[in-house]
Amino acid sequence: MTATTTPPGTSSPYADLKAPTTLRRLLTAPTTGPLVALLLACAFFSISTDQFLTGGNFSLIVQQVMVVGTLAIGQTLIILTAGIDLSCGAVMAFGSIMIAKMAANGTLPPLVAIALGIAVCAGFGLVNGLLVQKIPLPPFIVTLGMLNVAFALTHIYSNEQTITSLPGPLTALGQTFPLGHTDITYGSLVTIALFLLLAYALSNTSWGRHVYALGNSQEAARLNGIRTSRLTIGIYAVAGLLYGIAALLLISRTGVGDPQAGQTDNLDSITAVVLGGTSLFGGRGSVLGTFIGVLIVGVFRNGLQLMGVASIYQTLITGVLVILAVTVDQISRKKSR
Amino acid sequence: MSRTTRLSPSLLRAAAVTGVAALALTACGSGSGSSSTSAGSGSIKVGLITKTDTNPFFVKMKEGAEKAAKADGAQLMTAAGKFDGDNAGQVTAIENMVAAGVKGILITPSDSKAIVPAVQKARAKGVLVIALDTPTDPQSAVDALFATNNLNAGKLIGQYAKAAMKGKTAKIATLDLAPGVSVGVLRHNGFLQGFGATDKDVACAQDTGGDQAKGQTAMENCLQKNPDINLVYTINEPAALGAYTALKAKGREKDVLIVSVDGGCTGTQAVKDGKIAATSQQYPLKMAAEGVKAVVSYAKNGKKASGYTDTGVNLITDKAQAGVTSKDTAFGLQNCWG
Repeated sequence: MTATTTPPGTSSPYADLKAPTTLRRLLTAPTTGPLVALLLACAFFSISTDQFLTGGNFSLIVQQVMVVGTLAIGQTLIILTAGIDLSCGAVMAFGSIMIAKMAANGTLPPLVAIALGIAVCAGFGLVNGLLVQKIPLPPFIVTLGMLNVAFALTHIYSNEQTITSLPGPLTALGQTFPLGHTDITYGSLVTIALFLLLAYALSNTSWGRHVYALGNSQEAARLNGIRTSRLTIGIYAVAGLLYGIAALLLISRTGVGDPQAGQTDNLDSITAVVLGGTSLFGGRGSVLGTFIGVLIVGVFRNGLQLMGVASIYQTLITGVLVILAVTVDQISRKKSR
Repeated sequence: MSRTTRLSPSLLRAAAVTGVAALALTACGSGSGSSSTSAGSGSIKVGLITKTDTNPFFVKMKEGAEKAAKADGAQLMTAAGKFDGDNAGQVTAIENMVAAGVKGILITPSDSKAIVPAVQKARAKGVLVIALDTPTDPQSAVDALFATNNLNAGKLIGQYAKAAMKGKTAKIATLDLAPGVSVGVLRHNGFLQGFGATDKDVACAQDTGGDQAKGQTAMENCLQKNPDINLVYTINEPAALGAYTALKAKGREKDVLIVSVDGGCTGTQAVKDGKIAATSQQYPLKMAAEGVKAVVSYAKNGKKASGYTDTGVNLITDKAQAGVTSKDTAFGLQNCWG
């Protein structure tokens, strides 16, 4: 709104402050810290084990993070508004069970089942958004409730049964194609495309600007003519839509409809968002940072496993990383005030 | 606003990660010395994937695998789901272990059906996959199964209970696991078969998830429903100890017979203390040790283990009954897990 951009080339005593150099802009970008972290981790594992630095292994890591990654895109949008979504994993699990069950028992053609499942997830997001905005209720409580609702519905609808022998279209995104000597999963491309799409929308559209404005201050955003109510509800619905796509990716990755799925994915997605440098207080962060965050988790899990380190240490290290990331966010907030 | 303060977060983050990398190194060095890459690069790699990292049953399993791996000069890699039922976590572990070049994977599947596609992918790459403790569905999805015969484990305590009741009319309560879980169903049915009863003879059947607090609640409710229960079958010893607490509150702990399955150390001690009459003890350490041996032998001579191997159970009690083979708690405590 009050962008005071000095035209490039203008010589002013404050030119250095107002028009940062490319290098400085790179160094101060919110994704720089996480990116450095990721690169350091990669370097460390490349030295530690000779199986880490291969195309096949990187393809594997991306494939392993595509489900939580897609959830984390939705989670980022909500956290940018200073909200939180605890229901994402459970909503995804319900979507995946719906798609798997309806397609496997022939109630609906596979593609219709997929569309319906994704739509239902978007519906869950919409209800979350309405409750948060219209009543209004704190996002934490709304999504905590929805977590239980979706979890219970998953188990009631699935009858606790894992659904196997799924029709081809459901697992198509889990198939691979060769790129050079590396097998790439189609689902990985879907996730990467979604990250790029949302990154573009957040930084290059007025919708994206409004999301950040809303996260900084809902009142200020409203006074500036942004229809904050519609915007908030829309963000939760878009997040729900993304959870629906994650549901399809989940089915394609594991090849089954699993009612136990996604139980820790809400916290895993928040972890990725925080590691990616997005502030839990809203208004600061990016989905590309989240992509880096989700890769950090995937790289540590894979790298430590290749080194033969027991999985409990992966949990330990992820915990330490998260605390470090929020500490950094908090300190930088205080300083930039 | 000033540029120096805006710079610091990224630097801080970078510094933070260097610290974590160092932590990772330390964790590797102290956590599992046998798996440092320089020492293990030429040796046979064996993967062990358990349901969780925290259940003592799986801790013992890991211990058995580590011992066997050391003896055979193999390198053991371990992983676990985050919670019981975490299929995605186990799938990821399988993929990473295959990427690490393991010769074989030993797994206790969290979801017997859902794990099958990932197991098939690993086997297609020439990895020997052995299920420990819990079969896959179908059982033939893995190369081999090393597990307790849970029906037999149930039968043993059923026979023991029959002998110990000495012809008294039994009012039976069963504290079970959860609906549809094969381990629980097999033990329950085995107990009834061994006792010579059917589900119609059970006065009160409740699910406990094998949890002590839930076992206590279940027993309290059963006593409410049917105060003259005099025989209690439990899925495991935590449930049995929960039942004991409920019975003691009613002053009934002396005249009710509690029998169980599992053979954990706490449970075996409870048998010694007379809280539980008898338990069928199983051997997770042996499952894992045999599994590691099978993978090493496959790596050396290409011979794959196949079919089902019963890793055995023993009835543990200090009040032996004529006609029912049993071992005393001294033996039980020497061989218990957890």
